[in-house]
Amino acid sequence: MESRKSSSLDKLGMNKKNKILSIFATGWFALLSLIIVFPIFAGLLASFRPGQELIRKGLSIDLDVTTMTLNNYLYLFSGNADSQKYFMWFKNSLMLTLISVVGTLAVCYLVAYGLSMYEFPLRNFLFFLVIATMMVPFEILMLPLYKEVISLNLIDTTSGVLLPGICAASTIFFFRQYMIGLPKELLDAGRIDGATEYGICFKIMLPITKPAFAAMSILCAMGAWNNILWPMLVYRSASKFTLPIGLNTLLTPYGNNYDVLIAGSMFGIIPVFIVFLCFQKYFIDGMTAGAVKG
Amino acid sequence: MKIRKFLYSQRVAPYVFVLPFILSFCFFWIYPLCSTIVMSFQDILPTRTEWVGLKNYKKLLIDTTFHQAVINSFQYMLLTILLLIPFPMAFAVMMDSRLVKAKGVWKAFLYLPALTSVVISGTLFRLMFSEYSTGQLNVITGILGLGTFKWLKVKATGLFALVMVCCWRWTGVNMLYFLSGLKSIDGALYESAEIDGASAIQKFRFITIPLLKPTTIYVLTISIYAGLAMFMESYMLWAGPDSPNNIGLTIVGYLYKRGITKNQLGYGSAVGLVLLAIALVINVVQLILSGTFKKEEK
Repeated sequence: MESRKSSSLDKLGMNKKNKILSIFATGWFALLSLIIVFPIFAGLLASFRPGQELIRKGLSIDLDVTTMTLNNYLYLFSGNADSQKYFMWFKNSLMLTLISVVGTLAVCYLVAYGLSMYEFPLRNFLFFLVIATMMVPFEILMLPLYKEVISLNLIDTTSGVLLPGICAASTIFFFRQYMIGLPKELLDAGRIDGATEYGICFKIMLPITKPAFAAMSILCAMGAWNNILWPMLVYRSASKFTLPIGLNTLLTPYGNNYDVLIAGSMFGIIPVFIVFLCFQKYFIDGMTAGAVKG
Repeated sequence: MKIRKFLYSQRVAPYVFVLPFILSFCFFWIYPLCSTIVMSFQDILPTRTEWVGLKNYKKLLIDTTFHQAVINSFQYMLLTILLLIPFPMAFAVMMDSRLVKAKGVWKAFLYLPALTSVVISGTLFRLMFSEYSTGQLNVITGILGLGTFKWLKVKATGLFALVMVCCWRWTGVNMLYFLSGLKSIDGALYESAEIDGASAIQKFRFITIPLLKPTTIYVLTISIYAGLAMFMESYMLWAGPDSPNNIGLTIVGYLYKRGITKNQLGYGSAVGLVLLAIALVINVVQLILSGTFKKEEK
């Protein structure tokens, strides 16, 4: 994007090589970034101080290095009961994220493949249904789904958390938009070479859909890692809690666990940040796909 | 062998591919939707289920706590739309110009909050909006000479805190949406406008804004839904579904309190369906006003 010859402000006629304007504009984004990073930075500083201070004083920028200690993190990694609990949540979150990404992508790819590669009578109707499911916020289906999961005996199971969301309409939509632009001649070429319909799907089309997989896997992973409302309803036993649910249980009015809460919160952001920094491009592709085409 | 041949035929294969969606649609969309509609006409007690007709809906009409929740959700939705469309759009236009240096860095920073879970961002904001004079927001208002506030105990400041969490998390994301919308605008339009002697403001008004319309409609649609269905932000700021005088209660928060906490599935369902009706009506009106349907008829 940066390398483009002209851009909209330039097109508006403001391209006067105005250095002052450039410094002002860049400075504005620097300031905005500073404001945005502020809460995380304050949280990071607080994670080096006793949790009791948080409950007594609230969160604010305190740059006094002399009062900082590594105690919260040492406690977090000490291997005691609290630490074990924290890493159990961490592990549960990792597992849930992994299963959820693999399951969602596999299912959504297949559905989108069917919707984009074939002409069949129900095609447009089914695609309309995909869009329709996006029109009802999950929160409205929360109660009946909760009741359904209980009656199916899936409460407190990972299947109960995953199954209702595995056919994610937005993911199907993204894959479908991506694949509808792929050349259909590849299918016929595959058929002439004697490949079956499923062989074509897995051996010919799957490899050229990789960029879509990259974008969607990151988006799904982030969603699964951060998801709380539905897992919180389904999981009942403390041994199954994910990181967001676990951290939420520490948010008590007594503040007796704020050491783990603040250090654990900061440590819990790290995996997402690393993934983001490595795959920033795919993040943005996945995020913006709906906005341009929809 | 026959079955295999049938399943592998070109006419049956697409149905095999879309089967997971059909199953999921039936079990996890149509069924719960119908069951919540049915439940909204029932009283569901642990031992028996009673048909009560419109009783739940009539109760909603006079339930002042529910009215409070609807008002809160509407105020939140309107404020987030007012803040999260014009500003990200302006930032995107700025970011798209050659004036801004080191774009990648700023984009990454602005995007960061969207990566944090609502639990972590909610906890951080809860602590920043602490009522002690040492909480960050009170430090700032102190410097400005405004004194200290009990942020999360008063309606106006509580709503402010909620809107701040939302703006903090989504400004960068919405900016990215608008940036990708700007990318799709044809540069030749600006050039010909320039030849016709259009000013910068005219070009923004008559080229950028109309051509960004699909993006704007998309952002508006998701903002309406997210705004009306907001719950976890409030849950985190007040460490649970309860807030003093219900200042942070939203429609979904009320649905949660009734349906999950109090296990009144019937009444909770009615709350959910009213929310669905509101969301659909607003969205359809919005889409008609913006002419989206007209375009598709062509």
